[in-house]
Amino acid sequence: MNSLVIAIALSLMLLGNSMAAIDAAEFSDDSKYQRFYDLASELRCPKCQNQNIAESSSPIANDLRGEIHRMLSEGQSDEQIIDFMVARYGDFVLYDPRLNSRTVLLWLGPSALLLVGGVVVAVIIRGGRKVRSGTSNELSDAERYRLTDLLQESDRLIEQDT
Amino acid sequence: MKKLFLFLPLALFLSISILLYRGLFLDPNRLPSALIGMPFPHFTLPSLDSPSDILSSADVKGRPALVNVWATWCQSCRQEHLMLNKLADQGVVIYGVNYKDVRANAQHLLRTLRNPYRLNIEDASGTLGLDLGVYGAPETFFIDAQGIIREKYVGVIDERVWQEKLAPIYEMLLREVTQ
Amino acid sequence: MIPELGLFALILALCLAFVQASIPLVGAWRDDWRWMMLARPAAWGQFMFLVFSFTCLAHAFLTDDFTVAYVAQNSNSMLPWYYKFSAIWGAHEGSMLLWVLILAGWTFAVSLGARQLPETMLARVLSVMGIISTGFLLFLIGTSNPFTRILENIPADGHDLNPLLQDIGLIVHPPMLYMGYVGFSVAFAFAIAALLDGKLDAAWARWSRPWTTVAWSFLGIGIALGSWWAYAELGWGSWWFWDPVENASFMPWLVGAALIHSLAATEKRGVFKSWTVLLAIATFSLSLLGTFLVRSGVLTSVHAFATDPSRGVFVLVFMLTVVGGSLTLFALRATAVKSQASFGIWSRETLLLVNNLLLSVAAAMILLGTLYPLILDALTGAKLSVGPPYFNAMFVPLMALLMAASAVGMLTRWRDTPTRWLGRMLAPVLAVSLLVALTVATQHDRSNWAVAGVCLLATWIMLAGLRDIFDKTRHKGLFKGLPALSRSYWGMHLAHLGFAVCALGAVLTTVGSVEREQRMTPGTSIKLGAYNFAFNGVTQLQGPNYIGDRGSVRVMKDGHEVAMLHPEKRVYPVQQAIMTEAAIQGGFTRDLFVALGEPLADDAWAVRLQIKPFVRLIWLGATMMALGGLLAATDRRYRARKIEPTLNAGIIE
Repeated sequence: MNSLVIAIALSLMLLGNSMAAIDAAEFSDDSKYQRFYDLASELRCPKCQNQNIAESSSPIANDLRGEIHRMLSEGQSDEQIIDFMVARYGDFVLYDPRLNSRTVLLWLGPSALLLVGGVVVAVIIRGGRKVRSGTSNELSDAERYRLTDLLQESDRLIEQDT
Repeated sequence: MKKLFLFLPLALFLSISILLYRGLFLDPNRLPSALIGMPFPHFTLPSLDSPSDILSSADVKGRPALVNVWATWCQSCRQEHLMLNKLADQGVVIYGVNYKDVRANAQHLLRTLRNPYRLNIEDASGTLGLDLGVYGAPETFFIDAQGIIREKYVGVIDERVWQEKLAPIYEMLLREVTQ
Repeated sequence: MIPELGLFALILALCLAFVQASIPLVGAWRDDWRWMMLARPAAWGQFMFLVFSFTCLAHAFLTDDFTVAYVAQNSNSMLPWYYKFSAIWGAHEGSMLLWVLILAGWTFAVSLGARQLPETMLARVLSVMGIISTGFLLFLIGTSNPFTRILENIPADGHDLNPLLQDIGLIVHPPMLYMGYVGFSVAFAFAIAALLDGKLDAAWARWSRPWTTVAWSFLGIGIALGSWWAYAELGWGSWWFWDPVENASFMPWLVGAALIHSLAATEKRGVFKSWTVLLAIATFSLSLLGTFLVRSGVLTSVHAFATDPSRGVFVLVFMLTVVGGSLTLFALRATAVKSQASFGIWSRETLLLVNNLLLSVAAAMILLGTLYPLILDALTGAKLSVGPPYFNAMFVPLMALLMAASAVGMLTRWRDTPTRWLGRMLAPVLAVSLLVALTVATQHDRSNWAVAGVCLLATWIMLAGLRDIFDKTRHKGLFKGLPALSRSYWGMHLAHLGFAVCALGAVLTTVGSVEREQRMTPGTSIKLGAYNFAFNGVTQLQGPNYIGDRGSVRVMKDGHEVAMLHPEKRVYPVQQAIMTEAAIQGGFTRDLFVALGEPLADDAWAVRLQIKPFVRLIWLGATMMALGGLLAATDRRYRARKIEPTLNAGIIE
């Protein structure tokens, strides 16, 4: 039997009615295509493992691509299209989660951490300068002994290195 | 005091571990419907049984019911069909949404395997399915007497699932009516 | 018979791992050298048995022994021999065996390569690695035995390897990745040994530094290969998805990069000791977390292994023991002394702190974003997704800051740098970088602020590196001076250059890619960018274990043929899977990428065309970073060991 026929039959069987998607992706102008692609990339396919609907070949992703195409052709805004999807499939479909009480830690956490870390680093640098200018007298004798030991060692290493 | 800071990484790790442990018993693929608490979406679509009749959202209101999204191309729907027949025999009200299907195939299947549905909405282009947030078949919605979606179950309903999870929901909806 | 021998060897390896984990540790505690001496032979024996066990599994694969369940599930008699071999690590059980084999390999290498270590230190290091090995061997034998036989209904042929994994990149990607993941266990073991010893000092940093750098380099190569595989094999031309599995490997890489820099400060100046130890623990902990995330099924990913909750519980308990135990040890033993050495604001110490801050925050951000859906689900039951838009928005600014800082870091000196001198060195660098950015911003029609920004920062790093090289050789003259520079110095510059190149590639590709998904009938053509793509239809294709269609696309530019591309659509009948094999014509300035979509009516096909400018810089840069690391790790001062024990005696005792 013709292998091409098997191939096409198999692909039809597995992909379901996915043919519409390609025709759907044709637009009159480039900017609309870009918006289409950007939107489809930011929306998560509800049934797939972890894929956006631009890249998934599952039937539901195809349907949703078709829907985005339809809404774009009708002149709807990106915001409207995203609201449409969220109303039906929930926040799960957004790869770009909206800022609200649930996501406040997600969005502000890293900046807060950077800020706290920055303060800690600043304190450490000040500490380092204090030792340098000799105002620090918190080291015990044993620590002082080890410190000179280490400094000699590291000086030796630096010389060896350069 | 300073020593306490050194326990910070440990504390952080332990709290993450607790969450990870809980995560082991959650299903990351479970996706609750965004329509719970919302009225059943508006539609005007033909009836599968007699295509000249036009059905609308008013037809599924009035009493608690299951709305089952099915199709003949869906293998597991066929498996579920037998269970639905059994439920219909027990008096459970089931409406069908025939999702992206071929009319003749669907009608044939209902004739050969018996029809558990009080009525069947023919959603050939999948528009109602989209409004319902359907992403595969079978899916079953639970609506109350006011036509509000109260629950959604994704996957095949079998005896065990019905007894353990779904029958209590349906009975609760029935109780609401009598109260 | 042979598979049973393989399992038997695994059990023997477990026994030896247990010996290695316990007796030398007790010996080090009781100061009994005879007990400590056991560490080495136990490690060697363990490695030997694991090599044997791995060979048994390889034998089962290469001889198509489908009575072994794992072989039957992941191989097929039609599979080419090299894929049969790589199918060993194509799924959970075999990849776990590869994991413990590599762990034993690292342990073996440490026992050979670290002969200058004091006996107690070596005993503790090998014991800690033995503990890790014991845990993973228990996991392997208890929950994921790759040698399980099928007793009834032995299949006539295997279920075949997942076609996604039938790719050259995937033959090499997992071993490289595990070399990195597992290699960090050496840094971890050194850190724990130092904590047990009670001495965190420059000597400890010196010993663990080359091992850490090598592990980090391997992990980098592994990640780059994974990214290349996604680009070529997943069929959509994306090279990074911020998928949980990618993040799981990226987090230890970032923290590992922080660790390498922090180790430099600890080795050279004896500062930030507790922090460095914490980073060493964190790096390996993140490797373990990655294992947990990938193999437990708590997160959805395209690449996740088939999952099983009992495995998840095992890895979690193991992680709790190892990481929880080590962090407790850290809390009890580490000192909270701020810094014992002095340094000024514009010292290399400061810049390394900034580097560590940015890399740690980046890793923490990725951890937060990866786990956030899980956290929210566990706490509230709500579902949400965190994807590329979030990660890009957070990661890009952090990396921009890191690029800005790294140029300064290269020029600053230990302790302090005269501000005026630093200004004199950097002012021309900044001027030229600004000029380049300005030229790019005004000249190029497709460019925007992101392109100008990345050009500014990349030039800033490259020129600062050059400035430093010129400065280092100014006494001897360039030609005499260059050979005198150490390998670790060259490695540092190569890695930083790679960082700049990688960033350049990532931004230029993201901003400049053009693509079109189009219905094409044979004989039609489409103009995209400066290129003309003509579709000549498809022909049938017959592979060893697949069938399919092979398209022909002629690419023309200015009337000349640039490339004849043959994208394929393959069907793997055994796995019932369809694979899109993209055709890529690579080049330094741009890749031409063609993939077949679905067949449409009238012999037409959906065809996806892309032009991806400078995409190869991403992998070039990543390779340069890894090579830089390897170069630095082979520096003379890590190799010349003969005189060290006497010189180092002061610190060791």
